[in-house]
Amino acid sequence: MSLVRSNETPVGSASSLLAMKQVERHFGGEPRLFGGRAPTVHAVQGVTLDVKRGETLGIVGESGCGKSTLARMIVGLDQPTDGAIYFDGQDLSALVRQDRRALARKVQYIFQDPVSSLNPRKTIGRILESPLKHLTDLDASGRQARLRELLEAVNLAPEFLERYPHEFSGGQAQRIGIARALAAGPELLVLDEPVSALDVSVQAQVLNLLDDLKQRYGLTYVFISHDLSVVEAVSDRIAVMYFGRTAELGPAEGVFSAPLHPYTALLMKSVPVPGRRDLTSEDAYAELPDPLNPPPGCAFAARCTYATAQCTSVKPELSQDIGVDRDHSAACFHPLSRTI
Amino acid sequence: MLPEFVFDASEGAALSAYILKRLLTAIPVLFGLTIIVFLIMAMIPGDPATAILGSYATPENVAKLNQDLGLDKTLVEQYFIWVGNLLQGDLGRSYTLNRPVLDEVLERFSATLILAGTALLLCSVLGLIAGIISAVRQYGWADKMITLLVLVGISTPSFWLGLLMILFFAVKVRLFPASGMYAIYGGGDLPDLLHHLAMPAFTLSVVATGVIARLTRTAMLEVLRQDYIRTARAKGLSERKVIYKHAFKAALVSVVPVIGIQAGFVIGGAVYIETVFQWPGIGSMLVTAISTRDLLLVQGGVLIVAASYVLFNLMADVVQSLLDPRLR
Amino acid sequence: MTAVADSTVKTKSRSKSSRPGTIALLLNNTLAATGLALLVLVCLIALAAPILPLPDPDVTAPAQRLLPPLSPDHLLGTDHLGRDLLSRLVWGTRVSLAVGLSATFIAAFFGSLIGLVAGYAGGRVDNVLMRGIDMVMAFPYILLALAIVAVLGPGLLNALYAIALVNIPFFARNIRGVALGLARREFVDAARLSGKTPIQILFTEILPNVMPVIVVTMSTTVGWMILETAGLSFLGLGAQPPQADLGSMLGEGRKILFTAPHVSIVPGLMIFVLVMSINLFGDGIRDVLDPRLRAGSLTRPVARTAVTRDPGKPVPAPGAEDRLLDIRGMKTEFQIGSSIYKAVGGVDLHLKEGECLGVVGESGSGKSVTAMSVMGMVPTPPGRIVEGAAYLDGEDLFAASDQRIRDLRGGSVAYVFQDPLSTLHPLFSIGHQLVEAIQAHQSLTKSQAQERAVELLSLVRIPNPKDRLSAYPHELSGGMRQRVCIAMALANQTKVIIADEPTTALDVTVQSQILSLLNRLRRERNAAILFITHDFGVVSALCDRVAVMYAGRIVETGTTEEVLNSPQHPYTAKLIECVPVLGEPDRRLDAIEGRPPLVNNLPDGCAFADRCPRVQAACRTADIDLVMSTPERGVRCLFPLKEDTKI
Repeated sequence: MSLVRSNETPVGSASSLLAMKQVERHFGGEPRLFGGRAPTVHAVQGVTLDVKRGETLGIVGESGCGKSTLARMIVGLDQPTDGAIYFDGQDLSALVRQDRRALARKVQYIFQDPVSSLNPRKTIGRILESPLKHLTDLDASGRQARLRELLEAVNLAPEFLERYPHEFSGGQAQRIGIARALAAGPELLVLDEPVSALDVSVQAQVLNLLDDLKQRYGLTYVFISHDLSVVEAVSDRIAVMYFGRTAELGPAEGVFSAPLHPYTALLMKSVPVPGRRDLTSEDAYAELPDPLNPPPGCAFAARCTYATAQCTSVKPELSQDIGVDRDHSAACFHPLSRTI
Repeated sequence: MLPEFVFDASEGAALSAYILKRLLTAIPVLFGLTIIVFLIMAMIPGDPATAILGSYATPENVAKLNQDLGLDKTLVEQYFIWVGNLLQGDLGRSYTLNRPVLDEVLERFSATLILAGTALLLCSVLGLIAGIISAVRQYGWADKMITLLVLVGISTPSFWLGLLMILFFAVKVRLFPASGMYAIYGGGDLPDLLHHLAMPAFTLSVVATGVIARLTRTAMLEVLRQDYIRTARAKGLSERKVIYKHAFKAALVSVVPVIGIQAGFVIGGAVYIETVFQWPGIGSMLVTAISTRDLLLVQGGVLIVAASYVLFNLMADVVQSLLDPRLR
Repeated sequence: MTAVADSTVKTKSRSKSSRPGTIALLLNNTLAATGLALLVLVCLIALAAPILPLPDPDVTAPAQRLLPPLSPDHLLGTDHLGRDLLSRLVWGTRVSLAVGLSATFIAAFFGSLIGLVAGYAGGRVDNVLMRGIDMVMAFPYILLALAIVAVLGPGLLNALYAIALVNIPFFARNIRGVALGLARREFVDAARLSGKTPIQILFTEILPNVMPVIVVTMSTTVGWMILETAGLSFLGLGAQPPQADLGSMLGEGRKILFTAPHVSIVPGLMIFVLVMSINLFGDGIRDVLDPRLRAGSLTRPVARTAVTRDPGKPVPAPGAEDRLLDIRGMKTEFQIGSSIYKAVGGVDLHLKEGECLGVVGESGSGKSVTAMSVMGMVPTPPGRIVEGAAYLDGEDLFAASDQRIRDLRGGSVAYVFQDPLSTLHPLFSIGHQLVEAIQAHQSLTKSQAQERAVELLSLVRIPNPKDRLSAYPHELSGGMRQRVCIAMALANQTKVIIADEPTTALDVTVQSQILSLLNRLRRERNAAILFITHDFGVVSALCDRVAVMYAGRIVETGTTEEVLNSPQHPYTAKLIECVPVLGEPDRRLDAIEGRPPLVNNLPDGCAFADRCPRVQAACRTADIDLVMSTPERGVRCLFPLKEDTKI
């Protein structure tokens, strides 16, 4: 593994905590009993991203864009079919094989559905103690002290330790999920739609809490959401995903103020904003391509007004040379800043 | 037989492809059945020839049989020889009856098929009706009565119920004959068969009726809570249509496989009922064959019943896919 | 925050203690309690057999053979060998119980283990294990037991093995299904990330959740197993003489059925009583442990919400004449257990022709129940409308006949629901469902109705409408399905469309299209829309007016511009403030601390008081009215915000 590292230059700069290099994830494709192979779905294709220490990378996209698969790979719940993910310079797949717990100490995950991420038959105390038991070498009294500290960090009363998950609201359950993720003192948190199951008034509580914790513990976030407004509010940089690929990547202000990819522009135009009355076209064609039979060119071509023959035949690669600066890149032959 | 809405004629092609596929998947199952049945034979402790011929067999007969059966060969070779014979319709000879196993088994099986088929029809119809009434009149007196009857039904040993029925209907009120399939003198026509069939078929269907009624009730109640039932009501459909068309069809999807499974219980339960009513079916044959250690007969009987059960479940699957386009 | 959270947990725990526990629930169920009592009695007698003053069950006395019941010294008479039937019955019950229970435990142990491993491991392990199980299940149940006994030879122990073995697949399948579902749940992933090994996860995370299912499966199969072992003994393949279980007693009695029926009737009756008591008890256990049944959710909702308006109270009269739909003082409640949830606590809303009114609120605010109450779509039980009225063109909908409501549903008033997958019937083609909606209200032939369905599909911009008629809902994308639902809502002469979060389940680009579609259709057809949502952005895109709901009541209403630009209720202002807005990333998110009150335990006065930064003592004393400053603009607050006030 170290050989690979010395031969290849790692993606991103020295400050990057997480680097994904040409990550692919396919589902299906197993050989079948009577010959042939099961159909293959390419959930994630050729994603190259890096996350700098201390930043929040927002990943935004609609259902079926592969963002959750990507998240599961980052925390080691799933392995890439091809390509590699490096955490702090170490190959993550190799790390998971050798010592899953070592990875779990560094990288943790926050679930979309806070209530179903808690085992209904365990008390909050036992749920929170589990990572302390398996990931740290604290003794019983040390664990108790840490439990109190964790609850305090997420603004929950210590009495909650004796209670069962069904006694909590979504917002409280999500705080417990956050406390569990923080238990072993991770460096990177992957947040998979952490507020989309919550009511709007509770969303803000959790978002503010996440912001506080980030400052307090010096965390790095990968924040995944379908909600552009939320992602914009929390992220330093943003990756827009479509059909398993990165469509656009850049600093939050840049991506949302001057989108390069027509898909990003469509997304922005579609988001309902209080006080805005204009609506997009009502045309029916919003279908994703068939995942079992992906198009040879740009997956967005069929919905794109700028599409040309090139778009339907060749897959555009993520390019740094089409934006205003090299931090802002897009996978498009006809980026907007040039077409407009 | 089923109302028009259950099947949509326009989907022939996709459906026949599915049925074909499903038929193909039955082949490995049937293949596996032969392996298990063969292994059961091979697992019998002691000398197989003695086991087959009984302990009073002469040594010459044993040696001849050993050679006939190819017991000097490996297990795998033996299996293929056995399957080869099987495919040619040769299941060996029953030593107690001294006739080919296949002839005996087929004769007995047709009697069982009449009994079990009638019982299955009875329990499907009665069970579905009872279940729907129970669900539609939830917590009403009809529901309570049905629930209680169902509970009694599934708690009653069928062989005991059979005895009680004989005591009452055959001995006391002399309404039905106590045993047999046809009257010994002058019988043999359809009314005679039905007369003999009534008690055993009813007895055999009791438990399965209870199970199907229970499941239909639960399935109907489950379906009636679904969003699409709300949609049907929001469209302004009559309650009749909502319950007997929208809800019933959806409930049927989960009831049909259970009817398939109940077919197994009915065929198996026939063992008791045939013994009690002395019905000349394959169940009573098996019991006799087991007590007399006529193992070739047991083997043949088990094989044909299991195969028919596989085919029946296949039919249940096909009906289910007719109902539910998502399964195709 | 902590203080508020504390109080909510305390109310929860109080309500928990008022909910009966497992044992209490079981004993409340008369049938289950009867079953349990019978079962305990039978078990006690069977256990006490050695110390009861009974004659030896196996001692024959030819002189005393076939004595009838109630003979001196032989309460139940004797059998063909002169053995005391009562004694044999007690000892036989002992054997049958022991065999049935052992078989159950063996089957449950191995079956559950196979099911757990298959369900959790998934993939190839699952495949191999379940193919094996399928193979065993390909044999009819009793037949397989017979075949096993044929191999092992007759005998009680062999019968026990056979019955246990044939029941293993049953457990394996049941448990595997549950374990498979659990293995995909997030808490299992969470346990992996907490550093637990697969074995630890299987036994400490999954097993505790599977346990109730194992117990339920056991309690519902014990009866079966006793029946089946008795059956094998009845056939002479189980217990061998002189040992007797209930089945073999019955089998022996059968031979003398006509001369001495009591010899077979008595043991049969005993099996029946035993199995019946177990089944009664087992059903009780199932009802208690199955959470769906516990919540009473399997109760069948009736076609229309019950209306139980107090006849003593006058029904509020309709307002101005131009109101197409006029909801006045409507209250809808849910009775769950002993507590009453006042989901809608007196709502006034009205819609003019072609107007779009947005009802905004968080979950639990009563906005959906309001929408559902209008046409009686709230499930009864547990819901009921207790006060107020809803007028459609001046007609009181809550007083209308069922037939009239059916005519209006899908006719003048149509619904569009949230999740388009679950709201369309999965087993009927969309053409069929559209035709049905049309024919319910118009007397058209099938082909005419089909033509009309094609028109409707093209109206909602579905490509190739003719071909799509034969498509099933699962073959369409979410956006397409919602278009079908909208087409269905427009099938007849629709005046009011009630749309309950119709775009919440959709992707943002699709949502935007659906909103545009709704906007065009309402203008083309001059239909009014009651639009339920939690999103002020969506409201802005579509609605002329908006009503904000909190804890079952409207706290503020007005035109969309007025409410958005100068909210008067602190809740509205906070609700707008706490949502991130695209294009304003640096705006501070002003969270509303605490949680909404539970509607079964509403405070006096303003329901928002506990979370309100401007709360005063007066807010908590009495009910606060919705004060209308103009016919369109109103607020339910004693200290409303003036323009430019910051909170």
